[in-house]
Amino acid sequence: MSHDHDHGSSMSDTALRVKALESLLSEKGLVDTQAMDELVETYEHKIGPRNGAEVVAKAWTDPAYKERLLKDATAAIAELGYSGVQGEDMVVVENTPDVHNLVVCTLCSCYPWPTLGLPPVWYKSAPYRSRVVRDPRGVLEEFGVDLPAGKQVRVWDSNAELRYLVLPERPAGTESMSEEELAGLVSRDSMIGTAVVEKPAG
Amino acid sequence: MNGIHDLGGMDGLGPVAREENEPVFHEEWERRMFALFISAFAGGHFNVDQFRHAIEKMDPVHYLESSYYEHWLAAIEDILIADGSITEAELQARMAELAKEAT
Repeated sequence: MSHDHDHGSSMSDTALRVKALESLLSEKGLVDTQAMDELVETYEHKIGPRNGAEVVAKAWTDPAYKERLLKDATAAIAELGYSGVQGEDMVVVENTPDVHNLVVCTLCSCYPWPTLGLPPVWYKSAPYRSRVVRDPRGVLEEFGVDLPAGKQVRVWDSNAELRYLVLPERPAGTESMSEEELAGLVSRDSMIGTAVVEKPAG
Repeated sequence: MNGIHDLGGMDGLGPVAREENEPVFHEEWERRMFALFISAFAGGHFNVDQFRHAIEKMDPVHYLESSYYEHWLAAIEDILIADGSITEAELQARMAELAKEAT
């Protein structure tokens, strides 16, 4: 199943349909194009994985916060201000030396927007959604993550009501780093579970 | 409802294709589609279950061949036409007008 969309004609037809829809709905007063511009600006430039990285770094440096985060992620994330649409009910799953967690949404593409922003195309793609529940280690290998054989892999299937965020393991050798520096190490993929956080080089 | 959207465990869909430094949106129409969806959703035109159901009803071939935001487009058209907010004829007419303007 090819998943590329370089059919020039169908793309322009799609673009035209969206444009016509916006034009009609705006004319009928059902949407406000200026509010739409603001939404695009917000999700393209303001909300993204830096938010989740802040949550992770705080959990790494503040044991009481980590406890709250694992107990009631929605409330603990709200403490940092990252609540809202598609993050109403959050669960944080912790990676440990024994367990690696991985998140998918097999049925559609549910994803924690307030902490990670909008999902990458691969997360929404049929290959990821179909395979990761059946062959998580194979998928992880494609992402360059080679887990020790004894490590358990847990795959969490998100849904419209519940979204997961992975709390990656803090790499050794980062004891002297500040919360802000630590946040800089945390990638989007490490909070989905398709990467681990590496110790900084040097 | 079972259907093509229920992809978990299915074989044969190929390797996971990733893009380095992927942008949030790939096309301008994706930006507008995203914002249209949020606006219509916030405006109470449908709830999340209706929206998902509309995607799950999509033709399976179209579902697999189209992208995420195309699923949104199909769903939102389906819902807004069904609830009488717009008609297919209006949409076609507006598309024709806009296509003419663009040339």
